[in-house]
Amino acid sequence: MSQDTSSTPPPTAAAKLVFGSRFIAAARRRRTIESRWKALPRPARALLVLVLVVFIYLLPSLHLPIIPTSSDFTALLAMIIVPYVLVALGLNVVVGMAGLLDLGYVGFYAVGAYSLAILTSQHATVPWLLSIPISVGISMLAGLLLGAPTLRLRGDYLAIVTLGFGEIIRLLAKSSDWMGAQSGIGNIKSPPNIGPIKFSGTIQERNIAFYYLAVTFVIVVFFFLRRLESSRVGRSWTAIREDEDAAELMGVPTFKFKLWAFAIGAGIGGLSGTLYASNVRFINPDNFQLKLSILFLAAVVLGGPGNMVGVMFGAVAVSYLPERLRFLNTSRYFWFGVMLMVMMVFRPQGLLPRKLRERIRPRDSDVPAFVDVSEGDPDLEGGPHGTVTA
Amino acid sequence: MLGAVYALVALGYTLVYGVLRLINFANSEVFMLSAFGSFLTIEILDIPQRLASGGDPVKTGWELIGILALCLLVSVLIGGVSAVVVERVAYRPLRQRNAPRLVFLISAIGASFAISEAVGEWGPQQRKEYALTKFFKKEQLFTIFGADVYNSNVIVVVGAAIMALALVLFVGKSRVGRGIRAVAQDAETAKLMGVNVDRIILITFLVGGLMAGGAAFLYEIHTPFARYDVGFSIGVKAFTAAVLGGIGNVRGALLGGLLLGLIESWGSSLFGSDQNIGNVAAFVTLVLVLMVRPSGLLGESLGRSKA
Repeated sequence: MSQDTSSTPPPTAAAKLVFGSRFIAAARRRRTIESRWKALPRPARALLVLVLVVFIYLLPSLHLPIIPTSSDFTALLAMIIVPYVLVALGLNVVVGMAGLLDLGYVGFYAVGAYSLAILTSQHATVPWLLSIPISVGISMLAGLLLGAPTLRLRGDYLAIVTLGFGEIIRLLAKSSDWMGAQSGIGNIKSPPNIGPIKFSGTIQERNIAFYYLAVTFVIVVFFFLRRLESSRVGRSWTAIREDEDAAELMGVPTFKFKLWAFAIGAGIGGLSGTLYASNVRFINPDNFQLKLSILFLAAVVLGGPGNMVGVMFGAVAVSYLPERLRFLNTSRYFWFGVMLMVMMVFRPQGLLPRKLRERIRPRDSDVPAFVDVSEGDPDLEGGPHGTVTA
Repeated sequence: MLGAVYALVALGYTLVYGVLRLINFANSEVFMLSAFGSFLTIEILDIPQRLASGGDPVKTGWELIGILALCLLVSVLIGGVSAVVVERVAYRPLRQRNAPRLVFLISAIGASFAISEAVGEWGPQQRKEYALTKFFKKEQLFTIFGADVYNSNVIVVVGAAIMALALVLFVGKSRVGRGIRAVAQDAETAKLMGVNVDRIILITFLVGGLMAGGAAFLYEIHTPFARYDVGFSIGVKAFTAAVLGGIGNVRGALLGGLLLGLIESWGSSLFGSDQNIGNVAAFVTLVLVLMVRPSGLLGESLGRSKA
């Protein structure tokens, strides 16, 4: 992905004030972890990845201390955390890689879920295995349909149009009897059993099975995107994200690749929608509120848009924190909001920022460029207050 | 009717966008706070008086006007103050670090979550809907083209018109308004010319909050209910309105708000009484307009427009 690990931003004076030297030490340590990882021989890296994968698969059966939240940690993992990771990976394609702001990602999630519901329960009885690719295809088509007329719009206009799209999908589902209207669709098929992995067994067996399925989806998608990222497509996305006009001038067919980003993102969103639908087996329009889109986006931005590992961390944080805070009862979303704000203020580039940093100066249409604090020498900067009084 | 409310809230979005090029997601919660503020004021004013007068809650004449003015004042103040607090807490620290734009979005969303949940959790009615005691009588005044006009409609329209006019004058004529336009045009140059950019941004948030506060009060006259999450849908609509008219453009926001309100009510009366259809119609119109005019009806730029 990138060659330079040395371009991590210098710790700002404000960070120094707040975290003292610990912050800086942590930043240095991360850099060395990265470079150590790069220095490892390929087989060793493969082995470590394998160990990590096995650990993740075993997570529900390990009974770790502290981490589990409720009595049914597996259900939480299978139903919330891992699907969030999948969604975040998909949204990251659109937001992080291609730099297109999508506020209606829940629309694609809904399209996937509803496609599966209609195919396996409402109007047909297509086998589950067959209806998954069909649903993903339909979601991608939805992505193309939304993208084709709207991708010529600039940033914020695109954001509001996608937001509208998400609402339209939900409202259509709500008012169309064909799609189950307000009461939704029930009896959605589960995946077929594979040996000891029983999707139709007891609740525990079912949760474990869905956890395995979801993790498998995540791993497949992750490696697919990893390949894509370093391909011509991925490099074009980076170019578009950094400077669309320059990319266009350099001969990148920007519209085509933006459309691709939309379609692939939509496909992954749809995939997680199908996962969701076949897990809960009953969906209605209220499952696809606009707020969900915003949480998805929060996961991506919190993790560090453009960095897939970071985005996955972000997704875990966004889905896990409200559950972890469950002891606070109904006020937990309040604290969640406060935490979002605090995390953004102290770590604006995300938990794990993308490594390929923008080196160009932000154009004035992009960022209010009048507070270029982070570019200077850290010792010459002002504190958190008082640099920008004119 | 709702169009006037949308227009006022849209002004808040458009001003902040024009100056900072950022979507202020917390504006909707400012609206919600103000709505609650005006509710509480009425409750406080109302209860002793009702006890004294032996149970007739309906007010008329100067008493009504006084109550309305006081409520407007309270909700406008709450709107302004909370918008400024949001700016201090969720925006300024990030601005001083030159954070990427998306980050502002998320911290504003965090703020909006926190505010709305706080009201839902510790607010006067928690998560239940908060219904206003009726404090004036809805009367039909006259009829135009077969449409009944009530006195509440008149209050809403006149109130919105006055506030919008005041804002247009403020941005177009006053010294601070000139500062706002200068920062919107080119923040760096404005700073070099001696404009206190931070203060201008604060004032922009303040004005946006004032507008949202006024809108909240008018909304309460029209629909006497409030809930901790009332801001969200209004916020989305108002933002849509701002984009429809061309975000960053004051007149565009007014036009967009009024149009959106009209389209919504036409949509639901043309295609059935379902309110959802109205929303779908509004969004479809937005997409169509943006396809033809990619920067909204009146184009963007607070800086370039005369008002």
